[in-house]
Amino acid sequence: MSGLIGKKLGMTSIFDEQGHNIPCTVIEAGPCYVTQIKTLENDGYEAIQLAFDDKKEKHTTNALKNHFEKAGVTPKRILREFTRFEPGSRKTYGEELRVDIFQEGEYVDVVGTSKGKGFQGVVKRHGFKGVNDQTHGQHNRMRAPGSIGASSYPSRVFKGMRMGGRMGNDRVKVINLEIMKIMLEKNVILVKGAVPGSKGSYVIIERWS
Amino acid sequence: MSKQALLQYVDGLTEMKEYPAFQAGDTITVAYRIVEGSKERLQKYQGVVLQRKGEGITATFTVRKMSGNVGVERIFPIASPFIDSIEVNKHGKVRRARIFYLRALKGKKARIKERRY
Repeated sequence: MSGLIGKKLGMTSIFDEQGHNIPCTVIEAGPCYVTQIKTLENDGYEAIQLAFDDKKEKHTTNALKNHFEKAGVTPKRILREFTRFEPGSRKTYGEELRVDIFQEGEYVDVVGTSKGKGFQGVVKRHGFKGVNDQTHGQHNRMRAPGSIGASSYPSRVFKGMRMGGRMGNDRVKVINLEIMKIMLEKNVILVKGAVPGSKGSYVIIERWS
Repeated sequence: MSKQALLQYVDGLTEMKEYPAFQAGDTITVAYRIVEGSKERLQKYQGVVLQRKGEGITATFTVRKMSGNVGVERIFPIASPFIDSIEVNKHGKVRRARIFYLRALKGKKARIKERRY
């Protein structure tokens, strides 16, 4: 696996050679810096930790300051671990990774945090149909879930019964998004289709070889 | 670079042709390139602009025309490379930016007064 941390900027569309209008998400990806290398001997598994997006030193705790100093980079806002990052390749502390690790036409997975929707009913949250009739005795239960179980047996509601509740604000991964364009000098990539999260939210772009 | 500036930079990479200004209520002719197999031809589509929508390169406009008795609406992306040219035939005098009420009108009622300067 290889990847980068990025920031979702928004959506736009581009036209390909055939003139097709392709919806794209613009992601500012990298430059990311290697801040920690985890090894099998030391940590029990192999991973590298990447850092992205500058933050002020006065907003950094002393513990993190030293962590960044060890890697020789300025304080960053976000740290993420990537397991088995490009097996076989050797990374060094403080190494800069930019969007040129990807290629146009490649397929990547993008992980983000979906927009919070608040407390939602079962129709929006789980795709229930609700009650399809407005007449025939229905008056205030158009979007009701219906029965949630039987009576004397089991005398309880089964765990995991789908009901209303908080929706969104979850970790969501979208797989197999095509990279349409890479702009190395601006650290920007365009992926085909939508990506979870609001504008300005952080996303992780992964490529599995 | 800020988020906005980067988005604008990305949008700026798509070439936009210059077209004459038009708005809802105007009658326009869109010359649209159609590829049939290996041949290419221009199709002229004339009708009334119902709305302009969006901004930048993702903006679109809707053109409605009567094909016999049936209303036909087409939505064109303004940045589409297939649009060869746009000609404004008549400026219409309408009071709103989206004239969907036109869909319910037929015959003489569906006329739009011409705007004169």
